[in-house]
Amino acid sequence: MRYSAFSLLAQAFRGHKGWTPAWREPEPKADYDVVIIGGGGHGLATAHYLASRHDITNVAVLEKGYLGSGNVGRNTTIIRSNYLLPGNTPFYELSMKLWEGLEQDLNYNAMVSQRGVINLYHSDGQRDAFARRGNAMRLAGVDSELLGREQVRAMLPFLDYDNARFPIQGGLLQRRGGTARHDAVAWGYARAADSRGVDLIQNCEVTGITIVNGRAVGVETSRGPIRAKKIAMAVAGNSSRVAAMAGLRLPIESHVLQAFVSEGLKPLIDTVVTFGAGHFYISQSDKGGLVFGGDIDGYNSYAQRGNLPVIEDVMEAGMGLWPGLGRVRMLRHWGGIMDMSMDGSPIIDFTPVEGLYLNSGWCYGGFKATPASGFCFAHLIATGAPHPVASAYRLDRFATGHLIDEKGAGAQPNLH
Amino acid sequence: MRITCPHCGARDAQEFTYLGAADPQRPDGMAATEAAMVDYVYLRDNPAGPHRELWYHGAGCHAWLVVTRDTRTHAIASVEPAKARKAGAAA
Repeated sequence: MRYSAFSLLAQAFRGHKGWTPAWREPEPKADYDVVIIGGGGHGLATAHYLASRHDITNVAVLEKGYLGSGNVGRNTTIIRSNYLLPGNTPFYELSMKLWEGLEQDLNYNAMVSQRGVINLYHSDGQRDAFARRGNAMRLAGVDSELLGREQVRAMLPFLDYDNARFPIQGGLLQRRGGTARHDAVAWGYARAADSRGVDLIQNCEVTGITIVNGRAVGVETSRGPIRAKKIAMAVAGNSSRVAAMAGLRLPIESHVLQAFVSEGLKPLIDTVVTFGAGHFYISQSDKGGLVFGGDIDGYNSYAQRGNLPVIEDVMEAGMGLWPGLGRVRMLRHWGGIMDMSMDGSPIIDFTPVEGLYLNSGWCYGGFKATPASGFCFAHLIATGAPHPVASAYRLDRFATGHLIDEKGAGAQPNLH
Repeated sequence: MRITCPHCGARDAQEFTYLGAADPQRPDGMAATEAAMVDYVYLRDNPAGPHRELWYHGAGCHAWLVVTRDTRTHAIASVEPAKARKAGAAA
């Protein structure tokens, strides 16, 4: 069923009784061309692009819980492509361009809102670093504007510009950045993939990967064995666990990142502000809640919940930036498990096991990458060659020294 | 999360700094193969379950500790000084 203003109107006259389920609930078949492990944003996007761009539709997406139950529903919904390094910028810009056409491509309202993303700076040195990043973005065809203090004040008059430790001197603005409705992204990709014949199989946990003569030929699951010509892993925080089923060790640590939402408020902030120096960023959802977060907790975790010191730290940073937040009540907080890679950048590559593909290492930046991640992963699986904009995301770059370390933090995942 | 430091007693985790997995042993730099070095610097077991890891008690006794913690629940099973492990070598 195609969604349109007309279908909405027609349903309105029928009392909304004619809507059909957005996707089927098929039983797993014994055999597929491609099995994707992980029914989150990246796995579902991969399925959609395999089906829509490469005409590969004999595909199953296996999800251990329900679709979108992991990080795609746990992030703070921000989309941007303000990266410095050549390995990253074209990839994230492809993602931004896919975001811009996503709703038409999927026939689904993902509520993509290009409300801008501002990174604040607080010193001459930080301004210079941001100018450099802004220039690198422009060279790669990405929009960026370096704003002075008064320009930021005109947009965000309520921030504390004279904070003793981090006075705001200005910001780097990407106007095309913004937010998207995270769950709708998962549902939109799921529905689009399903409509082309992809089987979305929920409550189906992969418990083993079958390897014959060095080649992955199928998976063991909680719903029985499934054979596949190609097996693609897109399991975020569980990457190390699933890869271990194929005997692989990854350059990944799993860490917990917390996020927060306030009670619903009238429109307060119409852009996304990041206060990197204080480890804090904030935006407002269309429902009215202030959505904000900070740093990862900093220790290995699979618990999907964090600890109180980070909550306190995030609130302190928020108050330091925007004192008026003190009157706002926090509604909920939650945690997601990040696949923190050793250089802070992702991996989209073959593995040493033939027929097994890896999509991992997204750290806490996976949501904005969802479209390009699926697009490039599908390209790799379908054509057998990396997509040009994702060719730097190799698994062997750690051995060859071709790291993509935006922060320059080294092989210390909790610092990325 | 509280960590019971063998020198200082039960303290808030905020007093400690996390480094990472405790078990990777640095190969002898000059003799090590490149593969062994890559393994040591970049590859991790990253288990979902008990994990032996290094914490530094920076706001306390300044000792490095080996903490065995379940990454699924954050429950801590044991804390020992990293020094003791080094003396014991085999551990």
